[in-house]
Amino acid sequence: MTNKDKDDILRHTISVLVDNESGVLARVIGLFSGRGYNIESLTVAETDHVENLSKITIVTTGTRQVIEQIKAQLDRLVPVRRVVDLTIDGPSVEREMALVKVAGEGEHRVEALRIADIFRARVIDSSNSSFVFEVFGKAGKVDAFIKLMEPLGLVDVSRTGVVAISRGATGL
Amino acid sequence: MSTKEMTGSEIIIQALKDQGVDVMFGLPGGVLLPLYDALFKQNGLRHILVKHEQAAVHAAEGYARSTGEVGTVLVTSGPGATNTVTGLVDAMMDSVPLVCLTGQVPSSLIGNDAFQEADITGITRGCTKHNYLVKDVNDLGRILHEAYYVARTGRPGPVLVDIPKDILLATGTYTTPGKTTAVEHKSYKPQVKGDTASIKQAIELIRNAKRPLFYGGGGIVNSGDAACTLFSQFVKMTGIPCSLTLMGLGAFPGSDNQFLGMMGMHGTYEANMAMHDCDVMINIGARFDDRVTGALDKFSPDSKKIHIDIDPSSINKNVVVDVPIIGDVAHVLEEMIKYWKADQAQVNAKELEKWWKQIADWRSKDSLKYIQSNKVIKPQYALERIRDLALETGKDTFYTTEVGQHQMWAAQHLCFEKPKRWMTSGGLGTMGYGFPSAMGVQVAHPDALVVAIAGDGSFQMNLQELATLMSYRLPVKCFILNNMFLGMVRQWQEMFHGERYSESVIEDQPDFVKLAEAYGALGLRATTPGELDGVIKQAFDSHLPTIIDIRTDPEENVFPMIPSGAAHNEIILGPEDSKNSESGGSVESGVLV
Ligand SMILES: Cc1ncc(C[n+]2csc(CCOP(=O)(O)OP(=O)(O)O)c2C)c(N)n1
Ligand SMILES: [Mg+2]
Repeated sequence: MTNKDKDDILRHTISVLVDNESGVLARVIGLFSGRGYNIESLTVAETDHVENLSKITIVTTGTRQVIEQIKAQLDRLVPVRRVVDLTIDGPSVEREMALVKVAGEGEHRVEALRIADIFRARVIDSSNSSFVFEVFGKAGKVDAFIKLMEPLGLVDVSRTGVVAISRGATGL
Repeated sequence: MSTKEMTGSEIIIQALKDQGVDVMFGLPGGVLLPLYDALFKQNGLRHILVKHEQAAVHAAEGYARSTGEVGTVLVTSGPGATNTVTGLVDAMMDSVPLVCLTGQVPSSLIGNDAFQEADITGITRGCTKHNYLVKDVNDLGRILHEAYYVARTGRPGPVLVDIPKDILLATGTYTTPGKTTAVEHKSYKPQVKGDTASIKQAIELIRNAKRPLFYGGGGIVNSGDAACTLFSQFVKMTGIPCSLTLMGLGAFPGSDNQFLGMMGMHGTYEANMAMHDCDVMINIGARFDDRVTGALDKFSPDSKKIHIDIDPSSINKNVVVDVPIIGDVAHVLEEMIKYWKADQAQVNAKELEKWWKQIADWRSKDSLKYIQSNKVIKPQYALERIRDLALETGKDTFYTTEVGQHQMWAAQHLCFEKPKRWMTSGGLGTMGYGFPSAMGVQVAHPDALVVAIAGDGSFQMNLQELATLMSYRLPVKCFILNNMFLGMVRQWQEMFHGERYSESVIEDQPDFVKLAEAYGALGLRATTPGELDGVIKQAFDSHLPTIIDIRTDPEENVFPMIPSGAAHNEIILGPEDSKNSESGGSVESGVLV
């Protein structure tokens, strides 16, 4: 490892399986703010209703050493069951969804629909002067769609944040 | 395992007894009245009524660190709970096992800004190893068993359990912890056994080393007496020099010739030079704290580093190491010794001899020396006399300290042959820790000699506990090394801020002798070196809690010193060195703790 590599800022997607008890999300978020780590995106929902387990997916950035620290610190939290780095622990897939509201008339409306078609975004609400699109894909694709909507009357965006999972037959 | 119907208050008392708790430190309040009522009706669980909740936590820390058991604190909601925060952070930083029970307003009022409501689980989330808010009386027993388990296992730390008043009154099912006090936790499973391949790799590094050094920390003490014995065995077996951190003192006998003294900012010259020049560093249960490493980019540049720690997050946090071993010190050392013996391994004798010669050279600088005076008491001299006269009593002696210059002199000049005899606030550097902590030590060891080394500033942060010492006849000996200054602040102002003593002079001091007497305790004073021995003996002979006001040289400084931002080999040895030094830490990097 050269010195330069050491200081490179990397982007990692980390999957964390936790006991869904009260305060667990606050613990995770508090860890990031308290130790000065970055959160680019964070999603959470209960994924096992019998054992009450939640899956948290965090996209974070930092040097290699910081990413290692983040994982170790997460693992140290008592309600955390497993921490997996989807970026390096084997192949994985990730997806994000966004709801994108575009307001406009005439040519802009037509153009928005045409682009939506290319991105396989669906219209889930429309009025005389607006659309709400739902768009799925990698975070980069969602970014690109939103960017293209900007000149066409982009009004509002809601994003889910990234969810991710490893490829292949095994679970977390 | 058996189950039984009880009230929440009864469950708490039973659970604590089942966890082997014999004493707790606390102070009651409105929401805790049902529990205090249950406490009144039972025998077997002692309660020490403190005067301030911060002191309860430090007392529990003293109890825990001097026994290796979990310390227990009981405080009321709101201000009672918030008063514990400094103590909890202190315990978190120094890995002290505690369970802190806080009362909470009734469940129905939580979130309503009720009288004496504080979101203590929110406040302490970042400064406890884990915390709980109890929502159902049927969970109470399990949570308490879990709390003790989490506090004492892995890297120990404080756990807080917040209990609303209605839970104390409700009736529910209590389940005993079964035969062992350990519980199967769903997600918390500390790793105790080290990876064998890494252990063998470490052995290879050590046997091929030319300038090896043991760097032992508080983790050895925390791991237990067995770990300390194994550590000492391994050090003796290999013949390798050994230095300890502030937290590790006592893990290896202080009088042994293989001990180089404490390392770090105010460590000995030989220890710090050896840290810098070693070729294999064996870190056992220490965490590469900034007070130890100094400037990271200049830290021990030529060494391969082995790091044994039970906390994976300690590995590669500050310093990237070559051979990390995650596990409990005792387990790992046991295996290391096994392989070392099986391989009939040895460090190259000729190289080791050369290394020891180099160390002897550094040692000959006698870096802890000071200029004796027959007019004014040198703090170092006072400590030497306390140390030697304590030894003469033949009693098992425990030391605690406050924070400042006196703390560093105590670390340098006292001598620890055994673990768990030295209680000081290392990570947080909490003024106000030492005096109440000594109280907790004395509760745990009623017949021992318990000595608190205090500064005139720090002592005044928790001196109210004199009353507690009196109530329970706890004969703590508190020596105030009185320099009429916030001395450590003054030292940095002298060295890095042009001798401008901004707000570090303590002019309006109470008369500490009269203060002691006001509480019914014994107050003594020494102002000249000649008076010292008599006063110390008088203190040790007395059955009363004793405050000894020792007037020391007000302008004495702690040396050696590695200014922050400097490397180990840029250590300043004394006042002369300090004036000539080019390396004196910059003001920006001079972060005073
Ligand atoms: C609670 C707290 N407040 C402030 C400090 C900063 N501080 C570190 S040492 C020190 C001076 C301590 O004075 P004293 O107790 O008289 O000890 P001395 O250094 O004089 O031996 C101060 C203020 C601290 N460590 N803890
Ligand atoms: Mg002082």
